[in-house]
Amino acid sequence: MSGASTTAHSVVEPSATSKRVAGLLVILYALISMAPLAWIFATGWKTPPDSISYPPKVVFEPSLEGYCNLFTTRTRQTNEYIEALGPPQGACDEVTRRREMVIAGQSNYVPRFINSLIIAFGSTFLAVSLGIFSAYAFSRFKIPLADDLLFFILSTRMMPPIAVAIPIYLMYRELGLSDSALGMILLYTAVNVSLAVWLLKGFIDEIPREYEEAAMIDGYTRLHAFFKVVLPQAATGIAATAIFCMIFAWNEYAFAVLLTSGEAQTAPPFIPTIIGEGGMDWPAVGAGTTLFLIPIVVFTIVLRKHLLRGITFGAVRK
Amino acid sequence: MPNIDTIAHRAAAATPQGVARKVRGLSDRSIAWLFVAPTMLLLLAINIFPLIWTVYLSFTNYASNRPNRPVINVGLKWYRDILSSPEIWAAMQATAHFVFWTILFQTIIGFGLAYLVDRKFRGHAFWTTIILIPMMLSPAVVGNFWKFLYQPQIGLFNYVVSFFTGLPPSSFEMLGSVTLAPWAIVIVDTWMWTPYVMLICLAGLRSIPDYILEAAEVDRASRWRQFWSITLPMALPFIMLAVLFRGIENFKMFDMVMLLTGGGPGSTTELASITLKRAAFEAYRTGYSSAFAIILFVVVFGLANVYVKALNKVKQR
Repeated sequence: MSGASTTAHSVVEPSATSKRVAGLLVILYALISMAPLAWIFATGWKTPPDSISYPPKVVFEPSLEGYCNLFTTRTRQTNEYIEALGPPQGACDEVTRRREMVIAGQSNYVPRFINSLIIAFGSTFLAVSLGIFSAYAFSRFKIPLADDLLFFILSTRMMPPIAVAIPIYLMYRELGLSDSALGMILLYTAVNVSLAVWLLKGFIDEIPREYEEAAMIDGYTRLHAFFKVVLPQAATGIAATAIFCMIFAWNEYAFAVLLTSGEAQTAPPFIPTIIGEGGMDWPAVGAGTTLFLIPIVVFTIVLRKHLLRGITFGAVRK
Repeated sequence: MPNIDTIAHRAAAATPQGVARKVRGLSDRSIAWLFVAPTMLLLLAINIFPLIWTVYLSFTNYASNRPNRPVINVGLKWYRDILSSPEIWAAMQATAHFVFWTILFQTIIGFGLAYLVDRKFRGHAFWTTIILIPMMLSPAVVGNFWKFLYQPQIGLFNYVVSFFTGLPPSSFEMLGSVTLAPWAIVIVDTWMWTPYVMLICLAGLRSIPDYILEAAEVDRASRWRQFWSITLPMALPFIMLAVLFRGIENFKMFDMVMLLTGGGPGSTTELASITLKRAAFEAYRTGYSSAFAIILFVVVFGLANVYVKALNKVKQR
């Protein structure tokens, strides 16, 4: 398809005007669709009063308060304690911070963010490792009922998470895995392995068998040939698969909110619970959301070429 | 498939290491099983075993907050209760509406965008990437910040709407009004997932061979005619693929809606997954919710089968 797309419409080339109109419409859509993201990004740099002013403030004095509130662990303080601190001295100094702690809730963003990292990396590593072996076997060997097994693997992804959450909750309670990073890693691995097998099988199918056969004629064992010849050839595919698995684990909410309560909670269930004085601390939410979304935006740009394959389980190539 | 074996055997016979290879190397058959087994075991432990457990629980009166109560077999009671429950039918109806409208909007806008991007204007690759960002984000986080945009007193959405329509911003509460709340979630879902449909449609449009359009051009077919007789039919399998994928995903939608409305106001946006979550984790009706989960799974599995059939159709082209 890539060959076709580079030369596409060589005769039926759209006119310059139609190109310009198309470009303007697409750019208009892109700008409108980016507006909500831009707004939440800007909110992260506002002061709490600016964030809830009406009409909404497009021009404002940037403040670090949102990020401060996000990173400091807040505890309830007594009024006497606040009195002893004296008057506030600046926007983000210790005294101001502590004065605001009277009513403020808790912000444990950093540990939640670290949980997200641990769980996303752990489950990605496991899912890709399991996936590459299975994908290789499905691609190269005659496995009885291979098509049925592959469909079964795919079908595990069709289940609504809530449908299996009840027994997993009961099972984890028995095994002591509830609210643990290990439990979440195993769970996300199981969800991601289906994607990993399907995607990696597509990538491995594209590596000519002759490479391994040549290696085996040179005296390599099958395993050797797999590690020395196939893995390096599949490196790009492995990297793309890993990022897709990571994005899923990073974004997941349903299992996280049902199976974790504190210890192993990830960022998505945590961000909506950032409460400040008298309601949501929107600047802190904006700051937390921004930090949480940056890796995904970077990955989207990196993955551009593989996106279609990744979101369709490799069913459509580009 | 057999050619690998024969080549390997020939290699083994031809080289002096042939004997050694048989001893130290594993046979292909054992490698195949060794490579597939861990994945299968994990899926059995974390997908199949819980699923079977759910089936079992759906026939009992077990409640996860009362683990010591003796478990009684209640037969098909929960299934009968669910199929005759107006609450469940309301949830299924809300889900069907949600799926229908989101797919309609996403397909029309998504295909339109793909058609425009396919014009290959200057910078189209960059703007396509920008458009794709929303679908990569966490639905829960998206739901949360849209809730902020929808706030009646402070929200950007209300401000923009009242700026263009002249309506007073306090006159509409997107998430608080029974009539507007379902549309509020349709808007967010469309915002988030239109890029997905666009990407698949774009692949469909790019898969149309040049010579067909060139031939049409030579025959002096009008642009309109070319679109209806060539472009649309040839991209159709891809559009269907996108529709089926979005259908399955939106049928089990939970995260975004949970954060945005939590099912409210009243139960106007209470989709099937949210009803299920309430029954299982708030009312602790484990048996009842297990039965509902099984019913949902059967429906989704049916859709998945349709999807695979459509997929095979696409592949056959």
